[in-house]
Amino acid sequence: MSAIPISPVAEPWRLPSRGRVAMLALITGESAIFTIFVVAYIFYIGKSLTGPTPLQVLDIPWFNTICLLSSSVSILIAERQIERGKMRGFMMWWALTIALGMIFIGGTAVEWHKLIYVDGLTIRTNLFGTTFYSLVGLHATHVVVGLIGLSLILIFTLTGHVKEQHSERIQVFALYWHFVDAVWVVVFTVVYIVGR
Amino acid sequence: MADQTLPIAGSLDVTPQRLSRAQVLEWLHGWVVTVDHKRLGILYVVYGIIFLLVAGAEAMAIRIQLAWPGMHFLSPELYNEMFTMHGTTMVFLVGMTILFGFANYLVPLMIGARDMAFPRLNAFSFWMTAFGGLLIYYSFIGGFGLYGMGAAPDVGWWAYAPLTARAFSPGHATDYWALALIVAGFGTLGTAINIIATALSMRCRGMSLLRMPLFVWLMLVTSALTLITITPLTAAQIMLLIDRYLGGHFFDTQAGGSAVVWMHFFWIFGHPEVYVLVMPAFGIANEIIPVFSRKAIFGYPAMVAASVGIAFVSMGVWAHHMFTVGMTSVGNAFFVLSTMLVGIPTGIKIFNWVATIWGGKIRFATPMLFCLGFLFQFLIAGLTGIMLSVAPWNWQLHNSYFVIAHFHYVLVGAIVFNIFAGIYYWYPKVTGRMLSETLGKWHFWLFLIGFHITFDTMHFVGFLGMPRSIYTYEPDRGWNHLNFIISIGGMIQGIAVLIFAWNLVQSYFRGRKAGNDPWDAWTLEWSTPSPPPAYNFATDPVVHSRRPLWDLKHPEDPDWKYEA
Ligand code: HEM
Ligand SMILES: [Cu+2]
Repeated sequence: MSAIPISPVAEPWRLPSRGRVAMLALITGESAIFTIFVVAYIFYIGKSLTGPTPLQVLDIPWFNTICLLSSSVSILIAERQIERGKMRGFMMWWALTIALGMIFIGGTAVEWHKLIYVDGLTIRTNLFGTTFYSLVGLHATHVVVGLIGLSLILIFTLTGHVKEQHSERIQVFALYWHFVDAVWVVVFTVVYIVGR
Repeated sequence: MADQTLPIAGSLDVTPQRLSRAQVLEWLHGWVVTVDHKRLGILYVVYGIIFLLVAGAEAMAIRIQLAWPGMHFLSPELYNEMFTMHGTTMVFLVGMTILFGFANYLVPLMIGARDMAFPRLNAFSFWMTAFGGLLIYYSFIGGFGLYGMGAAPDVGWWAYAPLTARAFSPGHATDYWALALIVAGFGTLGTAINIIATALSMRCRGMSLLRMPLFVWLMLVTSALTLITITPLTAAQIMLLIDRYLGGHFFDTQAGGSAVVWMHFFWIFGHPEVYVLVMPAFGIANEIIPVFSRKAIFGYPAMVAASVGIAFVSMGVWAHHMFTVGMTSVGNAFFVLSTMLVGIPTGIKIFNWVATIWGGKIRFATPMLFCLGFLFQFLIAGLTGIMLSVAPWNWQLHNSYFVIAHFHYVLVGAIVFNIFAGIYYWYPKVTGRMLSETLGKWHFWLFLIGFHITFDTMHFVGFLGMPRSIYTYEPDRGWNHLNFIISIGGMIQGIAVLIFAWNLVQSYFRGRKAGNDPWDAWTLEWSTPSPPPAYNFATDPVVHSRRPLWDLKHPEDPDWKYEA
């Protein structure tokens, strides 16, 4: 339709970025999924009919946690770098983020290997096994998805497809990674501190 | 003003041509790969209407079986499959798809945008939802049951544990149920995200949040609610699949798991879900009632506030589905009161609709008729809802036909009525042709009469103690004639829906040409040609009030002079 004749005031017209809005919406939805799993975990603490119990088999994964949380810092620096157009710096910090995420996933793999083969705890052993592998596994799945995304972006950066003008999109993706890290704080607290 | 659809109308050669195979394939291909919000909206609605007919046929089968005691129209196993599939289909494949289809088509047009925020995500979401529907219906042939034959899910749409455990539901039917809803759920999540991003980030110049059409507001609130409503179901179904496939114990009472936890998770989804369905229906009424009363909506800000209020309150009432499970008295009191609280924002809405109609110059066209039916029925549905929220009353009537009557008053009497109203209202925009008013009146009156025969009567069999989900009943219970009447009403509704389907098809070819703005309406979608071009608006519109087309048609008395 053509312009409407009289225009009373010409306000400046600014709208929020659609990428950011969508990512925040996705994070809200994901938070609800995690909430249900966390509630189930808490509800079933101590309700297993047989062993092993969390206290017998779980070690607190301090190193893993530190790695994952510092990856939030490194990605933040990478965001700043691309914003200022420093592509080399961006690439380095981005790669570091991936490495830290890999260490976390590797650590989880080692932990699960020990739990399964040494302690004999599987998802069907008892309620603790069911809820533990589901909740930690759900989070690990998110880390893996995040790592795939991070790696794709790294590859595209290496091939020169990601440039300074994409910094907004990079930041939107980074929101997801921050979310994955923040969820770990909750999972860590519930599983390794409260649940033990 | 560009009032005709084409500047050269009549000069085109419109003699139908025989389409070649290649042309048909190309046409089909165009629909499959489309990312246009209008085409996707149409796909959603058509898909939903097809499933409406399917699930309607299932309801008919249920009603024939229950029409008289001792019937053997269906086998007991098939009966369970029928009511499970009827409920699941109506909620996930009919209600959700049609309403999100409306949103897809209308939200960008109403806010003066050229498309949704993420067109490809939009297409992806639709096909996910479509695939979910095919998956669950495939179970009729593929969901091998106990005896090696195809079996649809038969655990009720609520799928209570422990019936869903492998021991009690062998075969794959239940897995089809869970998987299909997870898949469709991701589609829904994608659409919800898309609608939020569109409404917040794609508005045309001047379209501030408080100038958005109320339909867009309601879709925004609904989508926000969807984000935290569908996801708990997805989570619970993942747990169910872990139990069934990996030997987990979430809902396994033998190993310390809890069946009640499933109920909580299901209704944490299930109750807000009914508001996810009803709020878009409110949105449709918000557009239609003012236009056919020739008045601006009464209490716009109150409507917005009430919608947000409903969304919030609806998250804290889920255990009113579980009063008979046994809760503490504090728990009972909490859920009684929180449920009653929903009555306040809902009451505000009903008041505002009535005030909009009050003193208006009412046009009783078919869209308005359906909306008036909605107003009346929604009021009654709300009242029976308040009755059911009283715990002692609920202990008496839970799982009876009174409950079935209550929620069908909402689902059919409010939501389906408004969906019909919306289709009569926007069909001219979508196709360029009016639906037949004569057939529309037949549809309305038959459906209204059938509706009341069926669902008014259900309240009474409920009072007389008839439980839901039963295969048949003894002849000496005093339910025979009432059930027969209910079934007759069901058939009348079935006939009405068939008239409607016929109207949709025949008006597409023979309906009166609609022009841009057949209802003399006020929102932006009516400023485009019917059907709108792929790009919607040739130039980006600018708006100055909640009724941009009013301003355009009445430059001497524009709305923005009066709006704060
Ligand atoms: C001709 C119209 C309809 C008739 C005659 C009808 C009939 C029925 C009956 C008899 C049941 C109960 C089955 C049982 O538990 O024994 C039922 C359940 C249900 N219906 Fe309908 N229905 C109709 C339309 C709709 C529509 C349009 C919707 C939704 C938009 C809907 C949603 C549901 C739901 C959610 C259930 C719950 C399933 C359950 O809890 O068993 N129905 N319907
Ligand atoms: Cu409810």
